[in-house]
Amino acid sequence: MAGSSVSVDISQAMAVAPVSAGDWLIVAPSILTLLGGSLCLMTRKNTQAQPKIGLIFMVLLVAANIGLLARVLDKGVITMVMGNWLPPFGIAFTADALGVTLSTIASIVALCAALYGSATIDNTGRRYGFYPFLLLLMTGVSGAFLTADIFNLYVWFEVLLISSYGLLVLGNDRPQLDGSVKYGILNLIGTNLFLIATGLLYGMFGTLNMADLATKVAALENGASGTLATIAALYLLAFAMKAAAFPVNFWLPASYHTPNIAVSAVFAGLLTKVGVYALIRVFVLLLPGSRAYMADLIALVAMATMMSGAMGALAQGEVRRILGYLVIAGIGSMLGGVAVGSTLAISGAIFYAVHSIIVMTALYMAAGVMMLMGGSYRLRELGGLYQASPAFAAVFLVLGFAVSGLPPFSGFWPKVMLVDAALGDGRYWLAGVILLSGFLTTLAIGRIWIFAFWRGGPEGTADGTSTVRISPIGQLGSAALWLPIGILTALVVYFGLQPEWMLQVVSRGASGVVEPLGYVRSVFGGL
Amino acid sequence: MRTIIFRTIAPYLAALMILFSVFVLLRGHNEPGGGFIGGLIAASALAIYGIACGVASVRRAIVFHPMSISAFGLFIAVLAGLPSLLLKQSYMTSQWLSFRFFDVNVDLSTPMLFDIGVYFVVVGSIASIALALEERESD
Repeated sequence: MAGSSVSVDISQAMAVAPVSAGDWLIVAPSILTLLGGSLCLMTRKNTQAQPKIGLIFMVLLVAANIGLLARVLDKGVITMVMGNWLPPFGIAFTADALGVTLSTIASIVALCAALYGSATIDNTGRRYGFYPFLLLLMTGVSGAFLTADIFNLYVWFEVLLISSYGLLVLGNDRPQLDGSVKYGILNLIGTNLFLIATGLLYGMFGTLNMADLATKVAALENGASGTLATIAALYLLAFAMKAAAFPVNFWLPASYHTPNIAVSAVFAGLLTKVGVYALIRVFVLLLPGSRAYMADLIALVAMATMMSGAMGALAQGEVRRILGYLVIAGIGSMLGGVAVGSTLAISGAIFYAVHSIIVMTALYMAAGVMMLMGGSYRLRELGGLYQASPAFAAVFLVLGFAVSGLPPFSGFWPKVMLVDAALGDGRYWLAGVILLSGFLTTLAIGRIWIFAFWRGGPEGTADGTSTVRISPIGQLGSAALWLPIGILTALVVYFGLQPEWMLQVVSRGASGVVEPLGYVRSVFGGL
Repeated sequence: MRTIIFRTIAPYLAALMILFSVFVLLRGHNEPGGGFIGGLIAASALAIYGIACGVASVRRAIVFHPMSISAFGLFIAVLAGLPSLLLKQSYMTSQWLSFRFFDVNVDLSTPMLFDIGVYFVVVGSIASIALALEERESD
């Protein structure tokens, strides 16, 4: 990190400077989850030990990520090259504020899901490998957030996708197989496009290292030349598929309601956000010229995604499907940030990703509790949950306000930043649609709350009466159910009331990709 | 395929193939071969044994579930990158230990350990697929 200029001597193939143990934190998330995943897989038959091993490694993962976050905030971007082979030939792992923030939040959410899963996943699910798959999914997610090599990013995508296929078919029901086929095929096409685009990029620049690519693309005279525009379009389509952006988002509502609710919660929190992360990384760090060239297209896609998500949520009558559409609406807001592309907009997009990871996971977990209390996911068959548990109703309302972007919860600040950035860029339509989709989301959440919580009982119950056949939350017993929701809700409230720290972190993350000098220096400026 | 000739020869053939797979695994660092190829050869040995003598006897013979073998391989492969932590080097930096043993140079290294991990991953995953397919056939 001591380098003074970007043009350093990269002919020397091996790094010789000693690597401090603290820098090992960059690879720790991937190593820990791989070790934990393989241990869990070896002891798969021991269904009692599975949650324990899973939780231990998830706690270690969170600790490693927090350590890494503290180190990055303290020392700036840090890099480690695998096997001491220097980039651009060796594979580099680089932790900057963007990657490590998302990685930390993702690990906290995964820890909550592991805890929640210990209550909702039965022994069959454990034997079929819920915990190994969850840990290996986190290997892929952490690797994707921390790698500095675009082909390596593709590999981590594959790791997380393969694990997610396993999680999706965990119960082997007919609807699950149906959902998995749609999910699998579309993601297969998406990863292939990603691979083709990466091949073309390599053919054009002869390097896959992101820092090297950023320098070489910036050195081009015309940032949006023909071949590069083609590559950028391919990347946009590939990542839009992963992130569930408008024309290619139908796989998400078709599959997210099928698996176990703990699995849905992890998927809703993490998978699409990795797609958005890749979009930010590639379009803002690597191809800023192409991003500016395609900004209008991305803004259109963003608006269509927000509207289709919010309208879809209003049209559905099943809690998990409504939440699936709300995931899509959130993706639209983040894409809006990418379309604008200023530091403020990217900060807003990153903050929104953080918020969306937390709140969508918590909402799916809350839907699982609603199912346990009311016995159904359908709004027609739900009711009276407020009487059964006012506290849970309040928690749901907090999460609902957060996802709609109402103050004083975590969804408010990123929306303010995104609207501000869009107005500053003259994109009044985009700002309007962000606000409108927030309003429609409020309606969708209000529908859930009125039907499932406020009214006395399921459809057909006369006004003023109540049919409390609901199991109160106290009887659900296990702390493994309400503790994860509690932790995530506390985060939602904390980031809503005390946003300064997170604002600082995300603006560091955003300026790190908008102005990639620090990133490039970290990779090439000596170790 | 339970002909007497095949059933008699299969255990010897499988044993030879597994021996050969270990040979291929160990020569892999400097010459053609390695963990992946070795693992494929060993997995085909298990498959042949399964075709001849039934899947149940293969499962008995390998003691552990193929997926567990695979996981064990992954575990070793990840561990193989760790020793460089103690030497203040990056993850996956190769470490060598050379000594003379009866006038033969023996080179032990972390890449070899990694290759052994790959070997087990491939044996486990391919054998698990092959055995599942053979089982369905016999139903």
